[in-house]
Amino acid sequence: MRPRVSDVRLVGIKKSFGDNVIVKGVDLDVTPGEFLVMVGPSGCGKTTLLRIIAGLEQADAGDIFIGGKNMNTVPPRERDVGMVFQSYALYPHMTVKENMAFGLELRKLPRAEIDGRVAEAARMLELGPLLDRKPKALSGGQRQRVAMGRVIVRRPKLFLFDEPLSNLDTALRVQMRGELARLHRTLGVTMLYVTHDQVEAMTLATRVAVFNKGVLQQLGAPLELYHRPTNTFVATFLGSPSMNLVDARREGANFVGKGFSLPAVGDAQGEVKLGLRPQDLRVGAKGPLQGEVEAVERLGFDGYAFLKTAAGPIAARFEGADVHVGQTLWVEPQGEVLHVFTADGTKALHHPETRGAKA
Amino acid sequence: MNRTLSRWKLFALHAGLSLLCAATLYPVLWVIKLALSPTQTLSMSANPFPEAVTLDHFRDVLGSTDAQGRWLFGRQLLSSLVVSGATTLVGLTLAVTAAYALSRFRFPGKQSGMQLLLVTQMFPATLMLVPLYSILQKLNLLDSIGGLVLVYATSSLPFCVWMLKGYFDTIPRELEEAAIMDGASPGQVFIKVVLPLARPALAVTALFSFMQAWNEFILAATLLNDTTRFTLPVALQRYVGEYKTEWGHFAAGALIISAPVMALFFALQKFLVGGLTAGAVKG
Repeated sequence: MRPRVSDVRLVGIKKSFGDNVIVKGVDLDVTPGEFLVMVGPSGCGKTTLLRIIAGLEQADAGDIFIGGKNMNTVPPRERDVGMVFQSYALYPHMTVKENMAFGLELRKLPRAEIDGRVAEAARMLELGPLLDRKPKALSGGQRQRVAMGRVIVRRPKLFLFDEPLSNLDTALRVQMRGELARLHRTLGVTMLYVTHDQVEAMTLATRVAVFNKGVLQQLGAPLELYHRPTNTFVATFLGSPSMNLVDARREGANFVGKGFSLPAVGDAQGEVKLGLRPQDLRVGAKGPLQGEVEAVERLGFDGYAFLKTAAGPIAARFEGADVHVGQTLWVEPQGEVLHVFTADGTKALHHPETRGAKA
Repeated sequence: MNRTLSRWKLFALHAGLSLLCAATLYPVLWVIKLALSPTQTLSMSANPFPEAVTLDHFRDVLGSTDAQGRWLFGRQLLSSLVVSGATTLVGLTLAVTAAYALSRFRFPGKQSGMQLLLVTQMFPATLMLVPLYSILQKLNLLDSIGGLVLVYATSSLPFCVWMLKGYFDTIPRELEEAAIMDGASPGQVFIKVVLPLARPALAVTALFSFMQAWNEFILAATLLNDTTRFTLPVALQRYVGEYKTEWGHFAAGALIISAPVMALFFALQKFLVGGLTAGAVKG
């Protein structure tokens, strides 16, 4: 299959439903062949944005370019875009084969061509034995694959996914995530993927776009966002458990907060917000922060402890040690790990040096 | 099934149900008896089974002719079929498109339009008789099949629209959006995706329109004059005269008329139950 890829460019896209402003002016450049994941909490406008790109929704303002062409008034069927819906939206009255062939039949392709493409997609997605079944006789994972097959056979320049894995159980989700990544490698086509699941974003994306309240917060490679979040929203949204945030102020060579003092980094002055990834902290018998263990998430030999400190709740990693609820323990940063943000959290002032290879 | 029902309760339950069945079936049996008995008079005996059996009444009704020797029953059956069929076709075509628009599009007057449709259902048919008569007269459609079809189709429209709109509301919008992304035009979305999915509701609505038209009497009796164009219920009424009532012919005719509808009902029974509950559970 020769890859046909397309870039997408959004300029100043705005959309509101009634008084409800959903998308507040979004600029976004998607490079050809990339897997861009749009992630954010529900109601952040990511799905609306995807539907605007698909042509199912009209933007109130702004321009959409696909493959360099302005698509503002182009109907969905002429945009050469395929979309996988959250509910799969398989036609219940058609078999798997008919579901996949529907779009090709509408385009009046020759029968042999249609059969060939359906067979090819069925092989790629291992749907061969299911071709004559109706959707209701399929499992969730199989339906998901048919929904993808329906888009694949059309060979669009751009794939859109609207939370395609959210209806699957965890095991299946992990498996389908792998298949999606493989599909992207095989087809080499541009994919735009909407999810609220930061794990999907981190594992699938070549680049991640984080949205909140209709505004694009940050766009970049997954690890770049993880290591250098532009504000506290992105910082806490990506990574699990979330980054700890504590208020502090610069006093000489230290950041001083409620019940703690840490060596200062960067040249931030006055009130700041400090970000500490739980992965960078260790629970132990010493350290600058002290708190009572409120909950323990043991993953095996290691895990995370959630402490109540004077500065607020703190999650930190522990290893082996006998950690249980009710204990009073200390938290110690492992090296130079402080992220520094403005006190209102809207801007990052300092990030620790990234260890290891940059993404 | 509830297995804790005692034997006695079970007996009482079935006795009660049998009684209800008997009460429901008794009048029907009586009509069958009238139709099969060789007399034309109304038997006063409570016995619902005929003493003697003959098919003469059925033969008379089926073979009835008018003064010119034209086969009346055949013409009237055809008239009934054409009226009911055309009513269903016209009514359903209009209702399906209207219901889809009401279900999917936002336009001014949508809510009040839906309510107005309901309001029209509140007037008894007899009230509409005079205005309908004068309208058809103006349109030169009195005593014509076309006029009757027009009246029937419009009067069954509100119910059909509401019924179908309710069903369209249950069809997920994402299916239509998927079809749009697949390259379907609005017409193709409607014909290839929405209509096939609405088949159960279409069947119920079609059957309803057909039965309405098939059984309707007052409008047909008022608007039709020519005996050869009568629909069967009107023809049936002719057996009840001012001085003499041919009860045998009347009963036989009634059975003949209800046969097609009953057959249709039995054939579609499974489908109908499915159709009526289809909107209830997302499936």
